[in-house]
Amino acid sequence: MSVEGGEIALTLDDVSKAYAGTLAVRQATFHVRKGAVNVLVGENGAGKSTLMKIIAGVEQPTLGRILLDGKPVRFPTVADAVSQGIGMVFQELNLFGNLSVAENIFAGRELVRGPRGIDHREQQRRAGELMARLQSRIDPSAPVEDLRVGQQQLVEIAKAMSQKARILIMDEPTSALSAAEVEVLFRVIADLKRQGVAIVYISHRLEELIRIGDYITVLRDGRVTGQDTIRNVDTHWIVRQMIGRDAKDFAKDVGHRIGEIVLKADNIVLPRMTGDLAVDHVSLDVRAGEVLGIYGLMGAGRSELLDCIMGRQRLAAGTVSLCGKSINELDTTDRIGRGIALIPEDRQREGQVGIMSIAENLTMASLKRFVRGIHIVRRAERDAVTETVKDLTIKVVDPRLPVSSLSGGNQQKVVIGKALLTGPKVLLMDEPSRGIDVGAKADVFRIMRKLAAEGLGIIFVTSDLEEVMALSDRIAVMSNGKVTAMLDRKEATEAKIVAAAAAGHGPARVSQSLSEEVSA
Amino acid sequence: MSATTRNRTRGAASEAALLTLLKLRTFIALFAVLLAFAVLVPNFVAAANLILMAKHVTLNAFLAIGMTFVIITGGIDLSVGSIVGLSAMVAGGLLMNGLVLPIGYTVWFNVLETTLITLALGIGVGAINGLLITRLNVAPFIATLGTLYVARGAALLMSEGRTFPNLAGTPEHANQGFDLLGGGRLFNVPYSVWALIVLALAASYLARSTPLGRHIFAVGGNERAAALSGMRVNRVKMFVYMFSGFCASIVGLIIASELMASHPATGETFELNAIAASVLGGTSMSGGRGTVGGTVIGAFVIGILSDGLVMMGVSSFWQTVIKGLVIIAAVVVDQAQRKLQQRVALMQVARAS
Repeated sequence: MSVEGGEIALTLDDVSKAYAGTLAVRQATFHVRKGAVNVLVGENGAGKSTLMKIIAGVEQPTLGRILLDGKPVRFPTVADAVSQGIGMVFQELNLFGNLSVAENIFAGRELVRGPRGIDHREQQRRAGELMARLQSRIDPSAPVEDLRVGQQQLVEIAKAMSQKARILIMDEPTSALSAAEVEVLFRVIADLKRQGVAIVYISHRLEELIRIGDYITVLRDGRVTGQDTIRNVDTHWIVRQMIGRDAKDFAKDVGHRIGEIVLKADNIVLPRMTGDLAVDHVSLDVRAGEVLGIYGLMGAGRSELLDCIMGRQRLAAGTVSLCGKSINELDTTDRIGRGIALIPEDRQREGQVGIMSIAENLTMASLKRFVRGIHIVRRAERDAVTETVKDLTIKVVDPRLPVSSLSGGNQQKVVIGKALLTGPKVLLMDEPSRGIDVGAKADVFRIMRKLAAEGLGIIFVTSDLEEVMALSDRIAVMSNGKVTAMLDRKEATEAKIVAAAAAGHGPARVSQSLSEEVSA
Repeated sequence: MSATTRNRTRGAASEAALLTLLKLRTFIALFAVLLAFAVLVPNFVAAANLILMAKHVTLNAFLAIGMTFVIITGGIDLSVGSIVGLSAMVAGGLLMNGLVLPIGYTVWFNVLETTLITLALGIGVGAINGLLITRLNVAPFIATLGTLYVARGAALLMSEGRTFPNLAGTPEHANQGFDLLGGGRLFNVPYSVWALIVLALAASYLARSTPLGRHIFAVGGNERAAALSGMRVNRVKMFVYMFSGFCASIVGLIIASELMASHPATGETFELNAIAASVLGGTSMSGGRGTVGGTVIGAFVIGILSDGLVMMGVSSFWQTVIKGLVIIAAVVVDQAQRKLQQRVALMQVARAS
């Protein structure tokens, strides 16, 4: 299965990695070529991350060798790998929330001026340069915890860039980035390639891989199932190697009837600390049985809008009404009680209690249903759990295990199941497919379709164009806090959506010409 | 291949066995100390001694149960020792001097009323803790450190630092009979021990089978997710601190009743013993984990250990050292268990897939 190509920087030679009771990687051989993007792809649990961790020195291979420039090496610790010029952008963000952007970028290798301590000014200057290279306006002195997930991802990328690595591993660097930021990142990657950096690139977004990659390696169940140059492959080939068959496409349009307006948000305004508006006079509604997709770049105010609808923002102005009745006065708890549920963007931090069991997580929001007096009726609870697990095809060994033992896709299904058990009329989903594998994604989309067919109003936020086009009945495009376009499925084109997504930042003239184009 | 599978299954079985053993460690520790002292100390297992020890342990166990809920939500309550002292002083003051109104008239309360007022006071101090933490965003450690000093100071102020020496009450004030709580017995077991049994069962039920219990664990496990699941996080926190204050005032009443006197220094450093018992019983200081049963057993291990060492004639200095070592050992074993538990869970998943 050898592939002709450029000079090889690093090789994983016949590597296997065993964890207690499971083989995560089985006899995989993987070449990392200089000045090229070496793509690694596979479903969640296929062994990609393990392979990366072996290269980055986080894990040691049980069997097999690592060859660096043809010579066998060992990376017992991450520091050893870093000293050999290997850098990594982790999928899970590894940042210090309490430290500033600059401090995070230089964490562990601070710039010091002898006894005078850390040179904060120089660190901030260089961090600013990196941010400028990523065309981001993030303030280098801002604490990382104040940034949104996507911005944090940029900081993580800047950190890896600053290490001037020879081999740079990127594990799903674009999962929280907007289309524009992805473009910038790709330019940076092209730049690095020219400098001879070997890039290992992992992503679930197949089009992205085809665009950016030079060589591709596909993993399934810890085995390498395909290796080729990107020129010779297409997405169908990748999917076949990944799952051993052609992918289920986006859920087929289940015939559904669109009913009355269930949720109406009118003139929502949310100020930001900096004085401008995070959500700028947004009005929208969703009908029973309708899927409303909100597309927008990171920081466009999409998540903040959902927060306002949920009642999580005290400073928000405007009215939100459910089935014609204003719910402005209600807090989050009461709004959930009335029938609004949110699937948050950040599963780990807001969606689930990791140390509690799968069953407890599922019923967490709907305990009232199983209570007689003050007593939780175990049987009723167990039945509901079993039913939800079946309905949502959650792969569960034992519902009593902690939810953190599940894969990302199944965790997401648990969060969805939790929301559904509250019997919502409206479901708000913030990036429901973020960081989950192809199979689970298809499941989530099918569930969304099915719920809409059952009469739920669904608002979902995404930064994936294809997703928003395939799933939505209507598409709202947000930019810089404003809704810049509201498109019917039939009239929506990728070009219109992308143009509208940039409109909020541009001068008035642009947005005007755009709205003309949209209406035309 | 079949050999490796068999090996793996055997490895898994032995790990599962080890895990069960680790889970039962507090029980095992309890039996170990009981057994050791039964051999080493004559009359240790005599009924009278066991009852006496149970009575000692009860005080710490009450506080530790309240503390357990607080720690499960991810907080800490340092004020319980001071609430014990304040409650003892309030009960003593009401019984001995009545409530002197500024208009020169003194109101007297009977024993039941005094008890209820004292319990309400404990709940009230807990409510102050809760309000500081939920409304004013003071860190639990600092908020309860503050009330630790305030409540202790208030206890000292009540009597200018003196002891209320005689709480027997008088017939004309109709407030006799305060000794019942601390001195009374049912089937030869002190009332205080019965009270503990009732409270422990109720708390255990609360933790396992009520929505409030589930919310307490969820808030400790992930506060943001709990709020987004529609739980009223602030109410849950208010409850745990009020409950902790309630438990502390029970202890204050029991001590005052046992001694038939109240001293303003009562309960000093009790909070540390309560935390120790919780941790020994498997409560995680980072929140989300813990059981009432474990905590009660933890309290018994600490109590029996110190009583037994006293009976063996070990110096109190060494007792302190030993207590510290036991707590450290408990946490080390706890970490080991958690790691193993994770591994076993992962293996279960791996084997099924």
